[in-house]
Amino acid sequence: MIDTIIATRPAVRWQTAVVKDIITRTPRIKSFILLPSRPFKFVAGQHVDVRLTAPDGYRATRAYSIASAPEDSPQIELAIERLEDGEVSPYFHEVVEIGDSIEFRGPLGGHFIWSRIDGGPLLLIGGGSGLVPLMAIIRHRKIVAADVPIVLLLSARYWGDVLYRDELIALHERRDGFTLVLTVTREPPKRDGDYGRRVDTSMMAEVLRRVPGPPRHAFACGTNSFVNAAVDGAIAAGTPASIIRTERYGGV
Amino acid sequence: MATRGFIGRHQPSELMNRIPPGQHLVDDFPVLSAGPTPRIPLDQWMFTMKVGPEPVKTWNWAEFNALPKTKMTRDIHCVTTWSKLNTAWEGVLIDDILAQAGIDPPTDFVLAHSYGGYSTNLPIADVTRGLAMVALRYEGKPLEPDHGGPARLLVPHLYFWKSAKWVNGLQFTKRNEPGFWELRGYHIYGDPWREQRYTDD
Repeated sequence: MIDTIIATRPAVRWQTAVVKDIITRTPRIKSFILLPSRPFKFVAGQHVDVRLTAPDGYRATRAYSIASAPEDSPQIELAIERLEDGEVSPYFHEVVEIGDSIEFRGPLGGHFIWSRIDGGPLLLIGGGSGLVPLMAIIRHRKIVAADVPIVLLLSARYWGDVLYRDELIALHERRDGFTLVLTVTREPPKRDGDYGRRVDTSMMAEVLRRVPGPPRHAFACGTNSFVNAAVDGAIAAGTPASIIRTERYGGV
Repeated sequence: MATRGFIGRHQPSELMNRIPPGQHLVDDFPVLSAGPTPRIPLDQWMFTMKVGPEPVKTWNWAEFNALPKTKMTRDIHCVTTWSKLNTAWEGVLIDDILAQAGIDPPTDFVLAHSYGGYSTNLPIADVTRGLAMVALRYEGKPLEPDHGGPARLLVPHLYFWKSAKWVNGLQFTKRNEPGFWELRGYHIYGDPWREQRYTDD
């Protein structure tokens, strides 16, 4: 849990953003491109809190990671997965339209963050929509830190569920130090070097061998069981626990 | 300002006085953690009480488990907006730990420390008087590693990041020293009924 502590205070004032665009990313994930009324700087990996208010004053608040690079400011991209029993994500998927105004505050979060000065190599591990904060890191790296090696292990159920699949494959094809390793758990792998099973210790050991030198930082985001499997595997393969940061969702 | 087209899932009215503002109920038990889940063998587990930098008392697992146990059923509230009602815990009250150590709190604040490097700060007044414990069991079973086992702090009246998982010590501090999340933008106190989520809330 080694990290640099950002000196800035969290932005706790609520503000609004206009929905500029809505992009269907996968059958369950849509991106919402927001233009905040008060633009802000942020660090890749940070999130915003979104707040919905019912006519009677009832409110629901949820945190969503920013998928876009800090360099794309003032606009930010939230990639939101529709949870079947959710309260806020179904609203985004079924009700929100371009031109709507959304209340939010941020940027927030001072731990699961990376910027160029933190250096690399980086090991990134994402499960499903757990890719979102990692995507901000990957895009930030492409724009300002292309010398930092990154290996991304990304798990999804089906090929069609792989968030940002075309963008990630295109980045991989540049062969400039970004390596994409996919594991698709319910279909055979389609690319050389990819996997077709749930993450495990031997997979983590092989993925770590594709990092040019020991990673300086590792970030894992996904469901709790996914993060545990990936992180326990990385530790068993020799990664120090102290360089691994996690962000988890879901219960046990 | 109402959000266009949002109705929301209202909480049952009889529970309104148990759900702090901005929170929603869950039935499962979400797991959040800033780093890997530590696995601590019980024969290596230690709990240390410190005054400033000085260790004043340590317990191993057997010694700690010989302390008087207390059961507590409480509602818990996570800063990420989930709340869970009627969670049943068993452990050792901080009052009983202090009594067994023969210590009157020498300062007004304490830092809880954990395996894995986590820490969180609390006023003494919020961990004594029967308000807080080191929990060893949840719902009648040994506490699982994902939920902070073998031992976690339980301070149920504050946001749950204050209930440090994998706790291995308490350190009395002269000042209110910010812990892990408190240094990273979270509120120094964390009262869910006043929505003290972040610094300046």
